[in-house]
Amino acid sequence: MAPNIQGAALEAHHTAHHPPHLKHHFTSSEQQFGAAKLGMWLFLVTEILLFSGMFVAYAVYRVWHPEVFAVASEVLDPVMGGINTIVLLASSLTVALSIYSAQTDDQKATVRYLVATVALAAVFLIVKYFEYTAKFEHGVFPGASFDPHGDYARYNIPYAAQFFSIYFVMTGIHGVHVVVGMVLISIMAFRAHRGHFSSAYYTPVEVTGLYWHLVDIIWIFLFPLLYLIH
Amino acid sequence: MAQTTKPQPVLQPAGAGVAGHATVNYLNQEKGIRSWLLTLDHKRIAILYAVTLATAFLIGGILALLVRTELLTPGATIMGPDAYNQVFTMHGILMVFAFLVPSAPAIFGNFVLPLHLGAKDVAFPRLNLASYYIYLVGAILIAIALVAGQVDTGWTFYTPYSSDPARGGSVFFLTMAVFISGFSSILTGINFIVTIHKMRAPGLTWNRLPLFVWGLYATSIVQILATPVIGITMVLLFLERAFRIGIFDPALGGDPILFQHFFWFYSHPAVYIMILPGFGIISELVATFSRQRIFGYRAIALSSVAIALLGFFVWGHHMFVSGQSAISSVLFSLISFLIGIPSGIKVFNWLATLYRGSIWFQTPMLYALSFLFLFTIGGLTGITVGVLALDVHLHDTYFVVAHFHYVMVGGMFVAILGGLHYWWPKITGRMYPETPGRIAAGLIFIGFNMTFFPQFVLGTQGMPRRYYDYLPQYQDLHVLSSIGSYVLAAGLFLILGYMLWSLFKGKPAPANPWGSATLEWTNATTPPDAHNFARTPIVTRGPYDFHLAEQVVGGDGARGDGATVSAHTPQSP
Repeated sequence: MAPNIQGAALEAHHTAHHPPHLKHHFTSSEQQFGAAKLGMWLFLVTEILLFSGMFVAYAVYRVWHPEVFAVASEVLDPVMGGINTIVLLASSLTVALSIYSAQTDDQKATVRYLVATVALAAVFLIVKYFEYTAKFEHGVFPGASFDPHGDYARYNIPYAAQFFSIYFVMTGIHGVHVVVGMVLISIMAFRAHRGHFSSAYYTPVEVTGLYWHLVDIIWIFLFPLLYLIH
Repeated sequence: MAQTTKPQPVLQPAGAGVAGHATVNYLNQEKGIRSWLLTLDHKRIAILYAVTLATAFLIGGILALLVRTELLTPGATIMGPDAYNQVFTMHGILMVFAFLVPSAPAIFGNFVLPLHLGAKDVAFPRLNLASYYIYLVGAILIAIALVAGQVDTGWTFYTPYSSDPARGGSVFFLTMAVFISGFSSILTGINFIVTIHKMRAPGLTWNRLPLFVWGLYATSIVQILATPVIGITMVLLFLERAFRIGIFDPALGGDPILFQHFFWFYSHPAVYIMILPGFGIISELVATFSRQRIFGYRAIALSSVAIALLGFFVWGHHMFVSGQSAISSVLFSLISFLIGIPSGIKVFNWLATLYRGSIWFQTPMLYALSFLFLFTIGGLTGITVGVLALDVHLHDTYFVVAHFHYVMVGGMFVAILGGLHYWWPKITGRMYPETPGRIAAGLIFIGFNMTFFPQFVLGTQGMPRRYYDYLPQYQDLHVLSSIGSYVLAAGLFLILGYMLWSLFKGKPAPANPWGSATLEWTNATTPPDAHNFARTPIVTRGPYDFHLAEQVVGGDGARGDGATVSAHTPQSP
């Protein structure tokens, strides 16, 4: 029945019209690229909804205990947070430049900018590591182990634990997303190095870049709400 | 279809010789267990889902029968109170998360959507397969929790009962299960939205889409917006138990009502995830089996979107007695009234479609008619509990239990059964036996009403829900309800039996046994080829244009290309 004829027709069609990156259920590269981008945008919407649950928790507890939040926020170092903000903004720039490089067939620049993005993300995580350990040393843990002592003893007030739980959960889940992004961008860098991308096909780089921009923009909201409220 | 073709060498459907029946099709074009477990074909993925979901439904259904049997007498009948709490909890979790939320999109959406659009597959076939396996992991975790026991929180997991790490060890498995299966729902929603936007056949404008597609579109919007919220809620509940972060537990400074807000912010839109595809199925059934265009196509299409969006603003109607402010209760009540309007529009439009139609009382139509009756009762009683003064008395009684079973079972599950019988020939290539089909439909209608109508009365008389023991005055209605559940179960097992029988002994089905006008019937063989269509359809008419009869009926799918067959065209018998 149909399969044989389809098979022969498909073969001829293949060599004539199908670039290697085009999946068979799509009729054109434009359709495939448009579908990939729409899919990633929809996924980013779900990520925003995921974080919005935590932002609502933040808003609720801050409205109920504004003075506690203001005091507890002093523990967070706005300089380190500010550095991280600039680092992430720079990484969004480098990932955007990597896409531009792919669009203009500059393979080496594509790889370089992707690697730079991963490096900046690593800097972000290193700064976060220092922030977290500084808190742990003084007994500021999320949840039941919350026991600020030493220099931080004055933060041992009711509902400060809620502030720090929300801080750790929000930055922690954000950090998980940074790690995931680093893995994805590393894979893109490797594939770019292997020559998988060109001006005809750079879809994975573009959608990975979109994801990375979301990770950046979540931080842009986290930083002032957590660090700058006193 | 306006596209007519010159006589071509006719492809002989070997074997059955039934018009449009393809003996070589997606079911057998590739063989072996790997070709099924690693398939990228949306039709095979739909079948993987169907088998797993049917298993989840069977387990959830047996748990329901255990609940009803326990309630035959006050006090212990067949189990103790702790076991009873676990049984109804797991019944709810399985039925909501493991069955009803995925059901119609995963089975019928996966199978039918690309066919309705004239596409070869969904936009992201690998993501589609991943969705299935993610769902499977979630379902297995739920099964582990069922066996490991100790989950007695009710499917709603209210804190602080559920956030206490000293008890309910399996709550851990369930928070993970719900979180993971949420991803399946999200990825399916993304896949469907992109498919509908990007992969429609030439000429298939939004206003020519089958209403099942509109239903899936609205469902997918809710899936992607709502599901992440239950995801983060489960993460926070897990962290509360594991690290005592103090967000929900009042002993730690947290707020238990915050959990309820988070939980219902997803779980109310979730009920619309559960019903919107059903509305789409009913549109298909009512149009086909009254052989008329749907009355008010645009109203039905847009009312689905309206329900999807309005559904995000009513979650507080689950919390009228939780201590939330009066003003928010008033607002939630008002918007809950408003959301009844689009549903009402649909019911009226379906009735108007029936009017002066050529009604064909096949089994799918019997389910569609059951739906109209049962869903109307369910929907109206939802408005009833949306009235603040009434809900104060009816909250947490059997009235609420009856209401949601009328909409979820009498509504959505009946629509699933209708869709199952309607698309069975297309999916399996076999006709189910019609007489047992009608008998089962009757048993289900009678059994369902016998089970749940008495529960409205029980609720107004004050019988609380989730209670294992009760005052003797309630016993008669409980016994009636339990007998009804056995009748309902009989109908369901009858369906299981004859459907399995039909796989081996059923009549081979023609391409378009119902004379329907949508692309899966007119342009694809039965069962479809792995690639769906011999050539991409070019659509020049609406999905219910029965008045273009010769083009519709003539497009019998025999050649899988929508060609009109006339007396002068040589064709195989």
